[in-house]
Amino acid sequence: METVNIKINGQPVQVPADYNVLQAAKRMNINIPNLCYHPDLPAWAACGICVVKMENSPKMVRACATPVSEGMGIITHDPELHAIRKTVIELILSTHPDDCLKCGRNGSCELQKLAADYGIREQPYEIRLQDIPRDESTPSIILNPEKCIKCGRCAQVCQKLQGVWALEFVGRGDETRIAPAANLSLDDSPCIKCGQCSAHCPVGAIFERDETEMFLNAVNDPEKHVVAQIAPAVRVAIGEAFEMEPGTICTGQTYAALRRLGVDTVFDTNFAADLTIMEEASEFVIRLTKGGELPQITSCCPAWTDYMEKFYTDMIPNFSTAKSPMMMQGAMTKTYYAEKNGIDPKNIYSVAIMPCTAKKFEITRDENMFSSGHQDMDLVLTTRELSRLIKANGIDFMSLPEEEADSLIGAYSGAGTLFGNTGGVMEAALRTAYNLVTGENMEDVNVHVIRGMDGIRKGEVDIKGTKVKVAVAHGMANVSEILEEVREARKNNEEPPYHFIEVMACRGGCIAGGGQPYSTTDNIRDKRIAGLYKDDAMSVVRCSHDNPEIKYIYQDFLDKPLSEKSHHLLHTTYQYRPIYKK
Amino acid sequence: MAYRNYVLVCGGVGCESNKADQIYQNLLTASVANNISDEVQIVKTGCFGFCEQGPVIKVLPDETFYVNVAPSDAEEIITEHLVKGREVTRLLYDTSQSTRNVKIDGLDYYQKQFRVVLRNCGVIDPENIDEYIVRDGYAALEKVIFKMTPDDIIREIKTSELRGRGGAGFPTWLKWSFTKDVNEAQKYIVCNADEGDPGAYMDRSTLEGDPHSILEAMTIAGFACGADKGFIYIRAEYPLAINRLKIAMDQSREYGLLGENILGSDFSFDIEIRLGAGAFVCGEETALLASIEGERGMPRPRPPFPAVKGVWDKPTVINNVETWANVPVIILKGGEWFSKIGTADSKGTKVFALTGRIRNSGLVEVPMGTTLREIIYDIGGGIADNKEFKAVQTGGPSGGVITKDFLDTPIDYGSLTALGSMMGSGGMIIMDEDDCIVDVTKFYLGFSVEESCGKCSPCRIGGRTLYNILDRITKGEGELADLRKMQEIGEAMKKASLCGLGQTAPNPILSTIKYFEKEYLAHIKDGRCPAGTCKDLISYHILADKCIGCTACARKCPTAAISGERRQVHRIDPELCIKCGVCMEVCKFDAVFVR
Amino acid sequence: MAKKTLEDLKKLREQGRKKRDLVKSGTTSKNIQIIVGMGTCGIAAGAGKSFDTFIAELDAHNLDNAAVTQTGCMGLCYVEPTVEVIVPGMPSVIYGEVDGEAARRIVREHILKQRMVNNHVFDRPAVDIIQDGGK
Ligand SMILES: Cc1cc2nc3c(=O)[nH]c(=O)nc-3n(C[C@H](O)[C@H](O)[C@H](O)COP(=O)(O)O)c2cc1C
Ligand code: SF4
Ligand code: SF4
Ligand code: SF4
Repeated sequence: METVNIKINGQPVQVPADYNVLQAAKRMNINIPNLCYHPDLPAWAACGICVVKMENSPKMVRACATPVSEGMGIITHDPELHAIRKTVIELILSTHPDDCLKCGRNGSCELQKLAADYGIREQPYEIRLQDIPRDESTPSIILNPEKCIKCGRCAQVCQKLQGVWALEFVGRGDETRIAPAANLSLDDSPCIKCGQCSAHCPVGAIFERDETEMFLNAVNDPEKHVVAQIAPAVRVAIGEAFEMEPGTICTGQTYAALRRLGVDTVFDTNFAADLTIMEEASEFVIRLTKGGELPQITSCCPAWTDYMEKFYTDMIPNFSTAKSPMMMQGAMTKTYYAEKNGIDPKNIYSVAIMPCTAKKFEITRDENMFSSGHQDMDLVLTTRELSRLIKANGIDFMSLPEEEADSLIGAYSGAGTLFGNTGGVMEAALRTAYNLVTGENMEDVNVHVIRGMDGIRKGEVDIKGTKVKVAVAHGMANVSEILEEVREARKNNEEPPYHFIEVMACRGGCIAGGGQPYSTTDNIRDKRIAGLYKDDAMSVVRCSHDNPEIKYIYQDFLDKPLSEKSHHLLHTTYQYRPIYKK
Repeated sequence: MAYRNYVLVCGGVGCESNKADQIYQNLLTASVANNISDEVQIVKTGCFGFCEQGPVIKVLPDETFYVNVAPSDAEEIITEHLVKGREVTRLLYDTSQSTRNVKIDGLDYYQKQFRVVLRNCGVIDPENIDEYIVRDGYAALEKVIFKMTPDDIIREIKTSELRGRGGAGFPTWLKWSFTKDVNEAQKYIVCNADEGDPGAYMDRSTLEGDPHSILEAMTIAGFACGADKGFIYIRAEYPLAINRLKIAMDQSREYGLLGENILGSDFSFDIEIRLGAGAFVCGEETALLASIEGERGMPRPRPPFPAVKGVWDKPTVINNVETWANVPVIILKGGEWFSKIGTADSKGTKVFALTGRIRNSGLVEVPMGTTLREIIYDIGGGIADNKEFKAVQTGGPSGGVITKDFLDTPIDYGSLTALGSMMGSGGMIIMDEDDCIVDVTKFYLGFSVEESCGKCSPCRIGGRTLYNILDRITKGEGELADLRKMQEIGEAMKKASLCGLGQTAPNPILSTIKYFEKEYLAHIKDGRCPAGTCKDLISYHILADKCIGCTACARKCPTAAISGERRQVHRIDPELCIKCGVCMEVCKFDAVFVR
Repeated sequence: MAKKTLEDLKKLREQGRKKRDLVKSGTTSKNIQIIVGMGTCGIAAGAGKSFDTFIAELDAHNLDNAAVTQTGCMGLCYVEPTVEVIVPGMPSVIYGEVDGEAARRIVREHILKQRMVNNHVFDRPAVDIIQDGGK
């Protein structure tokens, strides 16, 4: 890598040539304060706090937007810079409500931390708050414009990372605010509910819909039999809320915590992920060998299916009809589990702990989500909500014992756990598809060609002579490149460029979902992903079709993949949705 | 039967008061007495400017210019100059007194104005390409295509030391050479015609009066930098300019001066007009790029600079209309010719839009280095209604005020900045004793606050907070701490705003606090507006010893706040008075006063 | 109109110069020029009406040796509409505040009698660098 020599506060340092001043300072363990920069995004340069000086120049420049160059001399801290930063922070505070004690970001708010660091004790300037109602129109996120500091991260995420363009700046001057274009509500906008805005917001202006109270009501209701499941991505991130290293596998502690919170039965979404693979891989093998609409595209991410229904309606026939693991688990809970244990499904309250805000929307997205005759999933809590519950209930998460999931629909294979990261669904599906086609397992089940963090990854897998072309995309904006290739080929009546495509809305996959612990960066994504690969590698059973509980449930209940019963409980349909509702 | 000579007597109000009328009469009498009234016409004219040296007289066709003429000089002018043909040297305008003269190739003009940018404005028919061509139009383009290399062109512009007229004064050649040096197939040339400063309209006038000069200049830059596509970003509120540009583009395409294979060469270049919605911030170059790309017009951080990554990330030269207008002249007359005009710091001329309390408002183009005094008094004719000069605001809402003490500063980019103001686009607004400095400052700041795009916090929040403080001060609700707070916020905005708008928006405040602190203190401490304009701080009264009880005021007062019998002293009820000032206007006896 | 060659442009310029000299010496058919400033400010101040008045007044006096044309802003915004009048044998003059009445007077006095019109003459703002400025 090319490097340059620069000086920061007189100290020489060598840094990569593509660094900005903020990153270079970090290299020297110097923190330059800021509120709008985020390593996921190009510098937006709005907040005005990260200003620094160049040696021998009175002008100030933004560290986030200034690339390093050979011989550069930078001053990051001096009395004048301190005074300017403090004034800007005070100005921002003058337009921000000071009800920190009642804010969801109390303790994790970046503005609060800056105010503390700068020792702000009084408000010298006139206080002016924006009186704009909250947007509570979606089941997933709540936009509270009053708290917004216009850092622009959410709009950048929504536009640049996700390619959705639901959030924009509207108005100008001090009436600027964040909202969907034309002042529509989020629900009427193209919003796909991925919640990446809420994960990037430095303050409490976009927040997951907090439903912890519904959970508490359920566990305290003696009538209700509460059944919980945890998603793959939760186990490698929840520890961060308790000061553990990102990527630490906390599966057993999370089961234990749920039981302490009053959950009656604890399952694992990973089991259903194995079930999804059985269905989805079978579907794929049929399309591949018997001729069907190719490529097959994964459908387990609800933000992605929402996006597809709005922007790529023509791809509906390509979507795997398999429901997401969470929804399969819900359907199985209220049918098979209820039947086996003699519980009236109407008394079952099913809760999913998810890394995801879109999952809150998924549980009622259409009538297929009621396949058990009841609402298959009653509640989705994000990782962030669960960790708040654990804290509020005085549970010392760190010292919990590692417990096991309840059986019958609880055990999982290494393939199932991979659902949490980009490339994981594809890898899991290939392991099983290989087996379905050849009758034997892959020699090496690690499918390295599709691992990694590139936004788009393409590869070829040899299933005993059949070359299967696959592609993986994550970060919603990346999907268009691949899908346009597919459209182009279709227009020209050519062979499809891919047989199987995996898409996850969030960068890195669900491990960096919109409901995960704050401050996610690529560095943290890497660690969480490493955690999941480790979980897979440590598993005795690496393939979904080898999961004994999966084998059993087909024998005992579902008959075989794509059976009549599977179709009813485990598959769904898609429909056109307008980009703007009004 | 035309006259042999015409004697033009400046009859503007300024000179009138200095006995211009008497001079006119004396000239008439003397011409009759000397039997030349058939040969010489004595003409009364409008104001020439030069009021400080007035009355002034001009003799045509020899263009002799007499200043400080007294009625008693009329006789001598007739007998000496018009009868005997000898100039009255003692009355001649002494060019050596002037702080600097325009001396080009031996010509020495008494005219303070020197029109390079506006060379064709008011001369040619802008809708007729032939008239442009006759006046050497497209000769520069011819020259670059057939006789110059891109490096030659950039060298010529470098020699001219031309700096951008859009505000920042960045060396034009440097921008061009950045773009030229980037190895990219697609590059763009952009003309920034978004002109949004209140009071500035030089770009509009240039486009309306001489559209081809801009097309020619952009094409030259296209040739120099390797671009084949240009955009003119112009605000939609300029329909006449847009129309004339379209006509000009059609004509030059027909003539083969724009489009494919210009003048039969293998160089092609075409231009497209993009309409701006009128947001001031869209004139900022990175916001302009965003707007051309169809995004919301918000400034982006620089670097990357547009010259390297501009429209759709392609290298893009952006120059202001006035900058462009200079280019063909520089190519034809040479960079050296150009660099002889102006000061060491700034070469060439600058067009200013003179407005406010000035007698001759209008567009003036003067060589850089002309003093404010020359512009205001010699060209502008001084302050309207013989009021006292208070200050001049240069650089529009982003500039500061300049007071009497600095009127003799030769103006260029550096000197204005040193005075805490700036060149900006060339707005020049004159204030007199009746202008309240706090109120004027509030006006300018109000403009910037309204036009802030809202992207960055110092500008978005700081601007509004400053405005509200000023508003309180004009209402008599200011506090002493406000001055310090305004300076604090102003400093933060200057240093930490993303674009020029926020960085310069506090300039009017910072500079007026510096030069007119007393006036702020009068508002804050004494609750008094010395200029008598802040409504909340003034009250209208009637002087008992002047009022004759004519009832004129009482009849006009819209709220019936004035009472009094006919022929009795009238009285204003402060509770009812809405401070509209009608009474003061209608009183013929100066009995109404403001306190 | 068609695409021009270098030669064409050169010819255009030469013809133009000749024509200008002819106007100066008063030997062309349209040797009187009335040039009306028609920028936004001029038009707003009524330049369009003045323009029409000139044409009507010239017609009324059967003056077919005068051409009325438009140009951009002359910079004298405080006295718009502005008009430049070129009559052979007289110095060319810029008139300000040319409303309909002034336009008629300019035709009757300046053009017909070669007398300048009082109170409407304004100064030429500056030297012309194309004609006079050194090359
Ligand atoms: C708020 C703001 C508004 C501006 N508006 C204009 C404008 O209307 N016209 C213009 O030419 N330049 C404007 N500028 C300056 C441009 O950013 C840019 O510097 C200029 O177009 C470069 O051209 P020049 O080098 O020829 O001056 C503006 C700058 C700022 C900060
Ligand atoms: S909602 Fe949050 S992320 Fe979006 S602009 Fe406001 S503060 Fe920034
Ligand atoms: S990638 Fe995962 S976390 Fe993100 S929206 Fe999709 S399902 Fe939710
Ligand atoms: S300084 Fe003002 S106008 Fe410029 S980017 Fe910031 S908010 Fe927008």
